[in-house]
Amino acid sequence: MAVQLDGAVDRTAPRTGKGGAPPTRRGGGSRRPARGAPYLLLLPALLATAVFLGWPMVRNLLLSFQNLNMKELIQHLTDWRGIGNYQEILGSEQFWRVTLRTLVFTAVNVVLIMALGVLIGLLLARLGTTMRLVLSGALVLAWAMPVIAATTVFQWLFDSRYGVVNWLLDKLGQHGMAHYDWVGSQLSTFFVITVLIVWQSLPFVALNLYAATTTIPRELYEAARMDGAGTWKVFTSVTFPFLKPFFLATTFLEVIWVFKAFPQIFAINEGGPDRLTETLPIYAFTEGVGNLHFGMGAAISLLTIVVLLAVTAHYLRLTVTQEQQEENEQ
Amino acid sequence: MKHSLAGRVWPNATAAVLALGFLFPVYWMFNTAFKPTRDIITEDPVWFPLHGTLEHFATAVHAPDFWILAGNSVLVTVLAVGLSLVIALCGAFALTRMRFRGRKGILLTFMVAQMAPWEVMVISIYLIVRDADLLNNLLPLTCFYLLMVLPFTLLTLRGYVAAVPKELEESAMVDGCSRRQAFLKVVFPLLAPGLMATSLFGFITAWNEFPLVLVLNKEPAMGTLPLWLSQFQTQFGDDWGATMAAASIFAVPILVLFLFLQRKAVGGLTSGAVKG
Repeated sequence: MAVQLDGAVDRTAPRTGKGGAPPTRRGGGSRRPARGAPYLLLLPALLATAVFLGWPMVRNLLLSFQNLNMKELIQHLTDWRGIGNYQEILGSEQFWRVTLRTLVFTAVNVVLIMALGVLIGLLLARLGTTMRLVLSGALVLAWAMPVIAATTVFQWLFDSRYGVVNWLLDKLGQHGMAHYDWVGSQLSTFFVITVLIVWQSLPFVALNLYAATTTIPRELYEAARMDGAGTWKVFTSVTFPFLKPFFLATTFLEVIWVFKAFPQIFAINEGGPDRLTETLPIYAFTEGVGNLHFGMGAAISLLTIVVLLAVTAHYLRLTVTQEQQEENEQ
Repeated sequence: MKHSLAGRVWPNATAAVLALGFLFPVYWMFNTAFKPTRDIITEDPVWFPLHGTLEHFATAVHAPDFWILAGNSVLVTVLAVGLSLVIALCGAFALTRMRFRGRKGILLTFMVAQMAPWEVMVISIYLIVRDADLLNNLLPLTCFYLLMVLPFTLLTLRGYVAAVPKELEESAMVDGCSRRQAFLKVVFPLLAPGLMATSLFGFITAWNEFPLVLVLNKEPAMGTLPLWLSQFQTQFGDDWGATMAAASIFAVPILVLFLFLQRKAVGGLTSGAVKG
């Protein structure tokens, strides 16, 4: 959840600074902070990051070159294997199937989330106060549902015998669905997971988009309307260009969030049936922790990070360049 | 610009349907939790808890270790979020108010850290914690949750600190405050809403965390509520009443917190995101 939001925030910070007070550098000599002060203030944060994030990363890297299974684990053996793990994984059909599945799964979810989220956000902007409060209240509640609780509820909604979804489908004339087992096949399991993820992610996009549209100067809309622009034209010529940073940041966040989705997939059916709904994070978990092939699991998780970086490279490059520009301006 | 009648009906009707769709799963959780089992296991759904009962909540609360695990969850979440707020505030202050060598590099470090793929690092974390002989202990959980929350908190607070005019601090210092006093007396109170909004997301992250606790704290009494809920469901199988009561108990604290704080959070997080 946290990861979801930062990108949007990063863009906030430097700008708020610019909009507010101009950078003052006139302070008298005695007021200047001691040379070491900033480092001292940052020390706890850097130390914590190095220990609790850096160390597991390094350990993961080392581990991915080792042959570490139950036997080695118990006897505390270190058995270096070179690039053996990587050769084995990259040569296996399973890895490529899971990677492709993860990419398709991420793409489908993100497209749905962004498209529907934007539509709902624009709808919020058109509503009267009462209806807007009702809808945003509902959105907030869906957003706030803890993932594991939401997953449990969805299992109940899609329960084969007494689930309300099957009841409804039966009433709508799909009598074959009366006792349908949703987690019995790959596609239907993915369907449930997708509905769950989209349901939980839409509020973030919709509410933030609505909040963002309120910052667009009204004159821009009026000018567009005067020129005779229709709804679609107004969106493409005013809303979208004005909110481009928002769209970029949100899409990026949704990509990493969906790509790394773990509890939803794991708790719905543990990647089943027959491991057919495993995405890369679940695959790494099942191989590493479930099957006790720690070295292999570590190699898979590193490859997962590489795939994620490749998918998000474009956005990351943009952010770094922007950050550098701001640095130069100051 | 006047909208036609149809132009007003359609948005409202769509909004009503959407609101129902978003609310329904939440409503169905509470509805099921309060219904007696005979109203849950029926061919036709019972839409309102007409024969309300608390028996499912009793089942959930009396499940083994519930109170211990709830205590664990609260302890770990509060510690992780509280500590990360303090650490992050120091860092955010340095990064926004001071110019120093390496600033950009440090900033980028935290930006990368916020993308950390915790979900796929469970294997190495498990081995590190095992080698330190700290499996089934709340300390490692607290530390890792602290770091899951920290980069986000720091980067967000940066925006809030930057929004406080520097002149306020300077005039306080002219009036004789030290830099630290100026910060505590002038800047800190102005940051309170920002701190609350930021901590909301920290709370959700730590309260929800699942993969790590699943691997690190397998011993029944050393887990947290997400683990309890996932195991509760396996254990109670088809007892959907008890399962939904358990889910409700787990969800309510966050739902309440969110309803109180979301306005600040949504506005605060996006107000600057789009201003060019």
